[in-house]
Amino acid sequence: MHPNYPCRGLGLALVAGLLLLAAGDLSAAKIGDLSDTRFWDQLVRFFSLRDPSLRYTLTASLFLGTCCGLLGSFIVVRKLSLMGDTLSHAVLPGVALGFLWTMTKNPWAIFVGATIAGLLGTVVVHWIHTTTHIKEDSAMGLVLSGFYALGICLFTMIQQLPTGNKAGLDKFMFGQAAALSAEDLWMIGIITILSLIAIVLFYKEFLVTSFDFGFAHALGLSARFFHYLIMLLLALSVVIALQAVGVVLVSALLITPAATAFLLTDRMHRMLIYASLFGMGAGVAGAFFSYLGNNLPTGPFIIVAASTLFALALFFSNRYGIIPRWIRNLSRDRRIQVENTLKAVYHVREENAFSHDGIPVKALGDRRNLSPSEVEKEIRQLVRRGLATLEQGEPEPPPSPERKLFLTASGWETACRIVRNHRLWELYLTESVRYRPDHVHDDAEEIEHLLGEDTVRQLERRLNYPTRDPHGKLIPSLRDLSQTPFAGRSG
Amino acid sequence: MNMIPPFDVVTFITAPWAEAWESSLWIVVMGFLVNAACGLVGSFLVLRRMALVGDAISHSVLPGIAVAFLLSTSRSSGLMVVGAVGAGLFAVWLIEFIHRNTRVKPDAALGVTFTTLFSIGVILIALYADQVDLDLECVLYGEIGFVYFADSFALLGMEVPIPVLRMAVTLFGLLILVLLFYKEALVTSFDPVLATSVGISARWMHYGLMLSLSVVIVFSFESVGAILVIAMLILPSVTGSLLSDRLAHILMMSGAFSALYALAGLHLATWLNCSPAGAMVVAGFLIFCLAWIFSPRRGLLAQIRKGRGSFTPDVSGKLNPGLGIKN
Repeated sequence: MHPNYPCRGLGLALVAGLLLLAAGDLSAAKIGDLSDTRFWDQLVRFFSLRDPSLRYTLTASLFLGTCCGLLGSFIVVRKLSLMGDTLSHAVLPGVALGFLWTMTKNPWAIFVGATIAGLLGTVVVHWIHTTTHIKEDSAMGLVLSGFYALGICLFTMIQQLPTGNKAGLDKFMFGQAAALSAEDLWMIGIITILSLIAIVLFYKEFLVTSFDFGFAHALGLSARFFHYLIMLLLALSVVIALQAVGVVLVSALLITPAATAFLLTDRMHRMLIYASLFGMGAGVAGAFFSYLGNNLPTGPFIIVAASTLFALALFFSNRYGIIPRWIRNLSRDRRIQVENTLKAVYHVREENAFSHDGIPVKALGDRRNLSPSEVEKEIRQLVRRGLATLEQGEPEPPPSPERKLFLTASGWETACRIVRNHRLWELYLTESVRYRPDHVHDDAEEIEHLLGEDTVRQLERRLNYPTRDPHGKLIPSLRDLSQTPFAGRSG
Repeated sequence: MNMIPPFDVVTFITAPWAEAWESSLWIVVMGFLVNAACGLVGSFLVLRRMALVGDAISHSVLPGIAVAFLLSTSRSSGLMVVGAVGAGLFAVWLIEFIHRNTRVKPDAALGVTFTTLFSIGVILIALYADQVDLDLECVLYGEIGFVYFADSFALLGMEVPIPVLRMAVTLFGLLILVLLFYKEALVTSFDPVLATSVGISARWMHYGLMLSLSVVIVFSFESVGAILVIAMLILPSVTGSLLSDRLAHILMMSGAFSALYALAGLHLATWLNCSPAGAMVVAGFLIFCLAWIFSPRRGLLAQIRKGRGSFTPDVSGKLNPGLGIKN
């Protein structure tokens, strides 16, 4: 099919690693019967990995993180996140029925029951959605809570039974990674590796059906098949994650690591890898805190760990994080501000037919409608960036508004560039797009800061190297720049 | 399976009232009040395609309640309401914040937010179990079965349990609000632009709705837990909307359905010996399925009769749960 996807090699490495882990750990015992609760002891025990049972829990966390991160990425990019939530609540009656089937906590019976219930839940959502006017969100809410209620009824009935092993089923609600059995771990391993293989084999198909359903159809892919394949894998991953994370929170293990990865990259294969890494990290951290607290439910800790990663990405992600974007916006706003000031200087000089080199500070303030103190601030910005120099007037405050401002060579060039962009764009709008000349200013005011040199060259070529804008003013070109009475003083 | 007791119509009807009829009565009354109050607010949520915001708030109030317990160590305090409503509104704000400021889609923002807050709540309850008078079972399916054993208050010669009284006041307040702002709520739900142009602030109606939603969820929380309350928000109005197009009719019908759910749920729970709150939702879901199949105009049978019975499941995956936020 498609050679050399970087994700493929990494995926295979992941499979191999997980297999090794599984092989090494299946003989381990449980940590449920730990008795000492001393913090430092627990800490040392955790990191020494002396406890064979702990390795067991950690292996499960790594597997689950991988599986849920991979599959979660697909539902997050498809805006199906809440389908994961629906699915996870809908499995509950299946868990209860699976228990009733064998009257023991047989993982395979529970597994089958839960998978069927989960799939039935997604099918019912689609039925409600397609046969009635009821919207998707209500349909999901209905199925989520309706199935859950049925599960609760069954659970409370099981608790009344003389054989009802209450303690065993409670683990399904909030998760208890320490209670995982060897069979559970086997199941987790098998499903994870199955999902990995499916994603590595059908990466291209999953990608196309996720992003462009119509295109997938046109390629002759059975998009419906791949949709249901993803849904099946999702249901399976929810079911294996139940014991560790619990019914209520398992959807978060799907959504949160994937959403975190979504904040960091645009490439799907990278997103898959990041998401599984975050899932693993959250799983290990959750197991750790739950271990420290001695048998606290694991699920909430895993989710809080995953959310912490999400919060970090939310604020600090270089590409989409709030703080880097805020800083970028701030510096862009400042640049636009500076460019507008330079443009104002150009306009003032233009009014005087470029006769004087320097312009009075007051004229600049009048032009930009700024108060004297604001003008001083603007000018300080220009001077700091080496775009202008100021005539040394009398030093006593307040600084005299009659002082002269001179642009440096680079300042003057920037001013000319902005004015040229503005006027070229106005001309383009009137000539090529047939805007009326009095309608083009606002638009040009925005775009002048964004046009790149290439675009400007194209505009010039297209407009046949114009010299006058629609209002009859001179368009400064690079050629003019050397000829205009440029007399900025450098330094 | 021997866990389902034999069914006998007479026993089914009489069992809850034969002994401990007072307890049964208060369960039904409480069930009705919770369902009716949730249904009233829920109708507007469903109209605005914000059903899953109800889901988010119902999970998010948990840390608020837990913190209030830690601060005050008493159950009936107003601090609990303040904490929970605050947590609910914080969740709504956080979802919008994440959605507005990043490329994360609203559904993922919602999923991340409420599971995080819920986890924090569960951790607090598990860590401070001795101080927080709220066990995890209550979070999962509520304590409506024990409502009769709560502290009571003498009213008109009757001992009314305080949770029932509180819920009744809430429902009454909501009814007044709906009567006062019916037109505004209707217009902002269907056409926010029109609403703004005739001088109704869609924004304030939105926050008002979120506030009443949080209050209703907080008071329902103890009775039915965090998840069943979603069913009570959605079921009555969705079932009603299968039968009628008029919002006023839907609202009235959801009141009637609430009583039906409460009564049917109690009988079901007594027969099967299971959680009454769960049984009420199961009863509601069954009634929804009946309406889905048999509704005279919109039911499956009616569609088949009209020859529109063949449906093709939409697998494009373009589910688009609204959050009351513009995309």
